[in-house]
Amino acid sequence: MASGGALENGGKAALGLLGRLTRRRAGAEAAAVAAALRSDRFRLEREADWQRLEAIVGRIERGRLRGLADADLLALPALYRTVASSLSVARETSLDAATLAYLEALVSRAWFIVYGPRISFGQWCARFFGGGWSRAVRALAPDIAFAVIIMLAGGCAGWAAVAADASWYGAIVPGAFMDERRPGASREALRGVLFNQTHQDMLPAFAAALFSNNAAVAILCFALGFLFGIPSLLLLAQNGGIVGAMLWLYHGQGLTLDLVAWLSIHGTTELSAIVLAGAAGLHIGRAIAFPGSRAVVDAAAAAGQRAAPVMLGAVLMLVIAALLEGIGRQTINTTGARLIVGWGMLGLWLAYFTLLGRRAA
Amino acid sequence: MKAAAAPLDPRRPAARRTRTILTPEGLALRFTLASRGVRAGALVIDLLAQMLLLIGLQLVLSAIARDLFGQKLALTSANQAMELLYILYVIASFVLINGWFLFFELGPRGATPGKRLVGIRVAARDGGRLSAEKVLARNLVRDIEFVAPIALFALLLPGGAWVASLAALGWVLIFPCLPLWNRDRLRAGDIIGGTWVVEAPRRRLGTLLSAAPRADAPTSAGYRFGEAELAIYGEYELQTLERVLRDGQGEAMAAVAAAICGKIGWHPPGSEEVRGFLTDYYTQLRARLEAGMRLGTRKLDKFSAAALGDYTELP
Repeated sequence: MASGGALENGGKAALGLLGRLTRRRAGAEAAAVAAALRSDRFRLEREADWQRLEAIVGRIERGRLRGLADADLLALPALYRTVASSLSVARETSLDAATLAYLEALVSRAWFIVYGPRISFGQWCARFFGGGWSRAVRALAPDIAFAVIIMLAGGCAGWAAVAADASWYGAIVPGAFMDERRPGASREALRGVLFNQTHQDMLPAFAAALFSNNAAVAILCFALGFLFGIPSLLLLAQNGGIVGAMLWLYHGQGLTLDLVAWLSIHGTTELSAIVLAGAAGLHIGRAIAFPGSRAVVDAAAAAGQRAAPVMLGAVLMLVIAALLEGIGRQTINTTGARLIVGWGMLGLWLAYFTLLGRRAA
Repeated sequence: MKAAAAPLDPRRPAARRTRTILTPEGLALRFTLASRGVRAGALVIDLLAQMLLLIGLQLVLSAIARDLFGQKLALTSANQAMELLYILYVIASFVLINGWFLFFELGPRGATPGKRLVGIRVAARDGGRLSAEKVLARNLVRDIEFVAPIALFALLLPGGAWVASLAALGWVLIFPCLPLWNRDRLRAGDIIGGTWVVEAPRRRLGTLLSAAPRADAPTSAGYRFGEAELAIYGEYELQTLERVLRDGQGEAMAAVAAAICGKIGWHPPGSEEVRGFLTDYYTQLRARLEAGMRLGTRKLDKFSAAALGDYTELP
């Protein structure tokens, strides 16, 4: 029995030794796992979330919004905040540069998506034409009133200058318009420009050229608002002056109403567009010249963003004016019809800008 | 205490181009402003793409026109069809040139194809939303910066008034040069629109480099370094070591291993052991430095002492 006891003891001892070795090995492994860097464990625990966010963000960036599952789309803001907090923690506790760079890039991309433009291009178009443009125009009412006054003043100045001395006509009216219409032309020649149809095949080229010229003028009006709005004022006055000089020329031959009718088919739309563009430029110029309590760049940015929709609308109006000019000017031939079309268009524009987009009081 | 010099990534671009935006969650997001050359390149690509599209449109329309003529229509209706096609072309080109930027910059990536190719995008300067008005404003002003100088120069030069045309050109060239004089690289459109152009990097998640008893991690080669051996280097050296390990170039790794051994007084490992040696050193150095981080002491590099302090990287 003693040998059995010795064996048992030995066995127990052996078992004990084995147990201690095993425990020590397990302890070492546990220690090794514990010794694996905390920041790595942090990453391993959260990697699934990061990959999920990356997949969603990648899909949205590629424009495949429809294929995104509803659950993913709903989870996006929460995932973004989760990963943002991971980034905060990682910045303070981790020195793994690759993980940090990855998280910075991922959070930036997700931030752009979560806090990006809320509407698509199509929705923005619907909102713009459904009242956004009208609201923007109404917001600029003081500048528009001022622009109209400047243009009228330019018209009066143009008339007065040419009435005093006919040679001013060449200085005021740019050469493109001066084919037959100049001081000293006979009544028949002037009338002929208004009423004959020989320019028919020049229709589209005319429309296109005038359209790009007017669009350039309008865009210059807006963009040069930068320079305190002074170029906008000058351009408004100049355009007014051109109309005033031409009115004087035709008035001398008693064709005033006919000229007004001829011009107003497209002219009401075109001059309104130039007024809007000038007003947009003036708005920016005013903000730069008198920024109030804000920094100049901030005031300029705020004014630019208020004026930009108005400007875009002005350019669209010029497209319409060019179409009216190219198609309507030669095909509508009676003064009465021209007046109706031209001033009817103006009435439509006024109704559009004043009535649309008003919230129910 | 040393001033905060953001020791995170030695490859980070000049600090002058870094801007920080505070998100509503209170997180400071760092952005890098795009360099001027890159922006110019993106604009060139965009303009080339627009030109190609316009040429394609012209070809399509003239093919249609040839088709019409080929069918021997009466002359007047053929003329009218031509006029209609011409008007369509003019309107389409106008819409394309002005709508290109608006459409793409309102999209989810905030970048036109040219910008996407070079990896930059538009962002709102105040950290808010990039609204349609901002994109509109910044693109409407581009006409004066880009189109006006060329148009003005072309207009004035043939007239012989070359002094006036040079003066006008010089005056108008102020606008394209605005980004050069501006700390935030804002061109006139950015100033009016309240935006700026930042880099939009995309990164892959790199593998874990530290040795650990896991299936997906490198196994430890059994080297153990003591306190004195790990205390030499700081965070900058750790980042360098990580880069070397990721690149995996044999000569670089051997050189780094030799340098480390020189500092700690060991024999350099043989060529097969270099990777294991560096992995172990990296793991243990990182463990030590991160432990220090948790206690609030950080060691920038081997020349600086471990300093108490929290350097936030907000400028």
